[in-house]
Amino acid sequence: MTDVIGDVVTAVLVLSAALMCLAAGVGLLRFPDVLSRLHAATKPQIFGLIAVTADVAVNNFTLGTVTLSVAIVAFQALTAPMAAHLIARVAHDTDRFRPELLIVDELGRANRRGDRGA
Amino acid sequence: MTTRAERRAALLNQLPLWLGLVFLWMLLWGSFSWLNLVTGAVLASLVSVVFYLPAVQLSGRINPARTLGFLLRLLGDIVRASVQVAWLALRPFRRPAGPDSAIIAVPLRTRSDLILTWTAVATSIVPGSIVVDTDRVSSTLYLHVLGVRTHAQIDHFRASVLATERRIVGAFGSREDLERLALGDTVAAVAAATGAAAGDVSRASARDGDDRDRRNPDDPGEEA
Repeated sequence: MTDVIGDVVTAVLVLSAALMCLAAGVGLLRFPDVLSRLHAATKPQIFGLIAVTADVAVNNFTLGTVTLSVAIVAFQALTAPMAAHLIARVAHDTDRFRPELLIVDELGRANRRGDRGA
Repeated sequence: MTTRAERRAALLNQLPLWLGLVFLWMLLWGSFSWLNLVTGAVLASLVSVVFYLPAVQLSGRINPARTLGFLLRLLGDIVRASVQVAWLALRPFRRPAGPDSAIIAVPLRTRSDLILTWTAVATSIVPGSIVVDTDRVSSTLYLHVLGVRTHAQIDHFRASVLATERRIVGAFGSREDLERLALGDTVAAVAAATGAAAGDVSRASARDGDDRDRRNPDDPGEEA
């Protein structure tokens, strides 16, 4: 019985992780501009990674694997937004985005007003 | 010139970060042994000395229950964000025409770099937003928000970012930040009661003590 539960947990975690990573890939292709694509590149894959590492930790339940999983997820959660931020800023500063997709652009407005330091 | 007391305060401020490095080292090895503790301590000291950066100003205050609450809420938000973006990516019909995203400015009330960073990271992994730029002097985050079509949705989103900031400040913000938030609330409440423009007044009051906390006592440039 516990085997069945374990299998179900594994299946749910691994499949949802795979689905999330697939969604991230599809999002990269389907979203219209750089800024939107960054959403696809950062978010679903974090959940996918959490699910996969959670599965590894559940199946090899030792202190070592659990702590390592926590470290992996924590660093991914910290670094993915930084990478996205750098790309987003460069994309915005060099006008590689589609203004017609935005209902407001308060960063562009602030830059034009010149009330932001370098 | 730094006095002895200042140096001790700076060391004490660094201690939690140093302990964090040692803990991380043991986490990466996946075992908590004496050997790992010693090598971790040596490496942490080496890293702090060799890769010298201006010290992070810790607030010296932490509320464990609220920190746990913040982390759990963050985990829930990550799941929600992932499902939401996955649905936007995988939904079978074409994207409806017209603008559906925005870049908005969210002026935060905190004056701490650490809280600003945490809020930026937290809002980047919660539903719908990534950070495009930050303005450190005025603690303003510029966020790209996906899936908004009306200004009401934007206001709603801005409020949710401020709520995230509030949770983080409540968890491990400094007392000054807590007071600043409380002050902003009082001013906003009074302004709302008297029918004034609440946002402008509270923002102005939050700006009051602006750059003062910014100066870094450990900045090597200032010693000359």
